[in-house]
Amino acid sequence: MHDHDHDHDHDEEVGALDTRVKALESILTEKGYLDPATLDLIVERYEKKVGPRNGAHVVAKAWTDPAYREWLLRDGTAAIESLGYAGRQGEHMVVVENTPSVHNVIVCTLCSCYPWPVLGLPPTWYKSKEYRARMIADPRVVLNEFGLELADDIELRVWDSTSEIRYLVLPNRPAGTEGWTEEQLMDLVTRNSMVGTGVALAPEQAGVS
Amino acid sequence: MIQTVEKDVSDMAEPLRIDLETGDGPPQELVFAAPWEAKAFAMVVALHKAGAFSWSEWTQTLGRQIRQDTEQGNCDSYYEQWLKALEMLLAEKSMADGEVIDEYQHAWEHATRRTPHGQPIELMPGDFHH
Repeated sequence: MHDHDHDHDHDEEVGALDTRVKALESILTEKGYLDPATLDLIVERYEKKVGPRNGAHVVAKAWTDPAYREWLLRDGTAAIESLGYAGRQGEHMVVVENTPSVHNVIVCTLCSCYPWPVLGLPPTWYKSKEYRARMIADPRVVLNEFGLELADDIELRVWDSTSEIRYLVLPNRPAGTEGWTEEQLMDLVTRNSMVGTGVALAPEQAGVS
Repeated sequence: MIQTVEKDVSDMAEPLRIDLETGDGPPQELVFAAPWEAKAFAMVVALHKAGAFSWSEWTQTLGRQIRQDTEQGNCDSYYEQWLKALEMLLAEKSMADGEVIDEYQHAWEHATRRTPHGQPIELMPGDFHH
């Protein structure tokens, strides 16, 4: 049956990749370059401990605290670190703010550089050759595919993470959120809004009145 | 660095396959689709931590692998490219060469075959040279 054959081929492929990775791990452990316990800790950190909730906290704080916002835009690394979010791929953070007339979006045209401490690991679309090429060639069309329509008079800035710098977008604060707490605001900050392929949710979208 | 936007229709590829998120609750996509992806990722991070290579050496190698694959029309998945890039860098650094990796891979295949389903697989000296 066709479906069975396809599954079988897929299983074989995964099996081969699995043994390849195990082979590498054995060799490197035997040579003293690796410690398996360290690998488990790394996996756990990136599966469970870092993720967009960190970035949402940074954004919500910037929305409610003007002094923090100013610091964040001036020295992203320090301001983000002060909330406890630091680590590899966050050593040189630059936060770019959206305004009513400017929209920012992040890409890494060469591979997949991404600010891990605040957003976790990048989604598949961010790593795809389609995103990497088309975000430079035709960004507004790409944003439309994400469901984001930008008015023609909004300036679009595309930031390519080719150097050591990792970017985070500070999205616009949604209307109708006056008096909201940081916790409440965090629920509106989507991962995509911090990459620039989306905007923060409106209160009614988050299911909050 | 600000990029000026230049339209170049000839560069257009197929539309993105996007996992739109609701923004509510956890992202739709798993961080790692399979344990081998997690291990491959962790190995690069651990090796960098141990000083085996600089991060820009890693991203340059990964970028090179991705470019190579694109030129050859190869559609390997992201972590397959990641793994190939890791092997490339390890060979360049004389830390592990392709032949030895092949040898160990065959040994792991043998260990997998002889282990009853559900039991943990352990590599033994007898798994080599098959």
